[in-house]
Amino acid sequence: MTVRDALNSALDEEMSADPKVFLMGEEVGEYQGAYKISKGLLEKYGPERVLDTPITEAGFTGIGVGAAYYGLRPIVEFMTFNFSMQAIDHIINSAAKSNYMSAGQISVPIVFRGPNGAAAGVGAQHSQCYAAWYATCPGLKVLCPYSSEDARGLLKAAIRDPDPVVFLENELLYGESFPVSAESLDSSFCLPIGKAKIEREGKDVTITAFSKMVGYALKAAEILAKEGISAEVINLRSIRPLDRSTINASVRKTNRLITVEEGFPQHGVGAEICTSVIEESFGYLDAPVERIAGADVPMPYAANLERMAVPQVEDIVRAAKRACYRSVPLAAAA
Amino acid sequence: MGLPSMIKQSSCLSSLTHPQKPPFPARNAQNFRDPDANFRMTATLFSARRFKSVKAEKQLCPLDNVDHNQVLDLPGGKVVLTPEMRFISESPVERAQCYRVLDNDGQLIMCSNFKKVSEEIAVKMYTDMVTLQTMDAVFYEAQRQGRISFYATTIGEEAINIASAAALTTDDLVFPQYREPGVLLWRGFTLQEFANQCFGNKADYGKGRQMPIHYGSSKLNYFTVSATIATQLPHAVGAAYSLKMDRRNACVITYFGDGGSSEGDFHAALNFSAVMEVPVIFFCRNNGWAISTPTSDQFRSDGVVGRGRGYGVRSIRVDGNDALAIYSAVHAAREMAISECRPILIEALTYRVGHHSTSDDSTKYRPVDEIEWWRSARDPVARFRKWIESNGWWCSEAESELRNNVREQLLHAIQVAEKVEKPPLAELFMDVYDVPPSNLCEQEKLLGETVRRNPQYYPSDVSL
Repeated sequence: MTVRDALNSALDEEMSADPKVFLMGEEVGEYQGAYKISKGLLEKYGPERVLDTPITEAGFTGIGVGAAYYGLRPIVEFMTFNFSMQAIDHIINSAAKSNYMSAGQISVPIVFRGPNGAAAGVGAQHSQCYAAWYATCPGLKVLCPYSSEDARGLLKAAIRDPDPVVFLENELLYGESFPVSAESLDSSFCLPIGKAKIEREGKDVTITAFSKMVGYALKAAEILAKEGISAEVINLRSIRPLDRSTINASVRKTNRLITVEEGFPQHGVGAEICTSVIEESFGYLDAPVERIAGADVPMPYAANLERMAVPQVEDIVRAAKRACYRSVPLAAAA
Repeated sequence: MGLPSMIKQSSCLSSLTHPQKPPFPARNAQNFRDPDANFRMTATLFSARRFKSVKAEKQLCPLDNVDHNQVLDLPGGKVVLTPEMRFISESPVERAQCYRVLDNDGQLIMCSNFKKVSEEIAVKMYTDMVTLQTMDAVFYEAQRQGRISFYATTIGEEAINIASAAALTTDDLVFPQYREPGVLLWRGFTLQEFANQCFGNKADYGKGRQMPIHYGSSKLNYFTVSATIATQLPHAVGAAYSLKMDRRNACVITYFGDGGSSEGDFHAALNFSAVMEVPVIFFCRNNGWAISTPTSDQFRSDGVVGRGRGYGVRSIRVDGNDALAIYSAVHAAREMAISECRPILIEALTYRVGHHSTSDDSTKYRPVDEIEWWRSARDPVARFRKWIESNGWWCSEAESELRNNVREQLLHAIQVAEKVEKPPLAELFMDVYDVPPSNLCEQEKLLGETVRRNPQYYPSDVSL
């Protein structure tokens, strides 16, 4: 099952289960979504529940928030999360804070979803990871699926959740196929928010990743295995709440940590994970924590430079080797 | 879930000019080379035909009987062609008129068309206006005494507050700005409840989370005040969409100021409301000032009401100091919003007699005489009093009794609110999410233990 079909089936099932759920955004109806995630939904649920909107991100986001204030459960699609910047006031100041400011009188059951992170060859304004941005804000939940099972289970959980959820997909994963269990195809299937998944067990080094980078981390783990290094790969799934206990338990076992993300390094998800491990498991660390992140620059368009600006499998492999003393640490080489 | 059956397809607005026959003669090519012949911008041209292409197809009059060679048939509807190059004027020839029922002396204007008000409702409207005025005076003074951190008065806008609320039902949802506490008052929010919020005590429905005057009551369908300017406008449209989906016999009203109309959210909300056809009333309190920015620095053309047509939203301008005009306009707006499932824009012209807030001294940027003139000669409360007195519904004895009573109740409410405990420490961590996540539970536990162990380092007014 492709990630696209997983997302589409999750939307379909949740819309079918709850008449309060509706989808709105640019091109989600007639065009069936810029990436065809909403395929067939307009036909099935009609224009009152699959709304093509005017091109005003701040407009349909604010309207979604208002609809969630009063009884509906909107799913707002951004054509890419870069465009959510035009609506971030409603996500932060309205959606994330209203339950607290109203002391529980106004809950905001809404999902903001769409492709996030680097796509391919689309430059700075279409290629940025917003996981760290949204994850810094209390009141929001931030989910990043990797596989088809993640996509189905987490999106269904997001739609059913009473709190606002930022759901960060990845365009390059939409077409990828993953094997799925019979259990995850059941319409009642749902994954817990705030729980990471150990994608591959290991004992020498922990690699945390989310979204597309989970695939890179798994490839790196395969290469490392051939060289006798057993890497444990954690698929974070949820950036907020962050599953600190799974991460720390893994580091206490492997004594080494590499964090991987496509986003910028400063104040990134890796920085938060590193802090959590320093605070809770400092005495267990046998090597400096390394953060693999996107380059600290807006995304360039030229393919050669673009490749250099995002983490590659080899970067993860090299970092893991340094952590396991199989090569010279960066600090010593400098 | 289908569209509510009550929704009518909007019909052609009678105010739109509809040319049965193109009013322009055929031009020969020669004229095009003569710029003067084709580039005359005169007022008469604009007044004759100003509306051509901007309306959505279904709102425009059909052009069936126009020769198809003189019509441009677009996905958005048919547009009549013209060989004349005419720019649409940047402002209308005549400013939109302002609807008024009571004159400055509180007497009914001859032939005025308004919604009748019973004695009971009229007296409640008046007593609520006086209560609001008194509440402002007492709370403002409490802020000046340092008992609360902040306050903003509604002086000069009492009629807007109370009369608009009176024309609605409690089923109608309110998305306020921050100068409409009178709507809550009308709906039954008590003076004690107002005081509890301003003092942020544990009886406040917001648990002391918001600064003073950011009231909210889910029971009274009054959404917690949003301090970010104009964000309540798209929220109102979204909530109106929810009402439409549920086929409720209710509408949404949202309030904002002249300054708020400059926000992008104003554009988004009006455009979406028209496209989504939702029952919402946009109520603009054009009080002339956004803190120190006058409307002349805020926008051009004819104020806020003129924007309605640009978005395909029916609109009216009313005298914001005339309670009867506001009551009638909002009543009619509600009827249209619900029965036709459409947005309505109301621009109430008034004057912010008070300072923007307790953080402002407006005499620094506007003449004191101007403020005083509006306070005395244009007071909406005094004007309405004259009308109910002329009906024999009110007298000076009732007046002094009311004012004394309300003042006493308010002073009592403040004393009580001040004595009620502030929210306990646990409330710091509640309601961030529906269910507190583990990290917040841990923080709460840790902080509680720390405070218990080291009480000397923490303020004594935080109960554990």
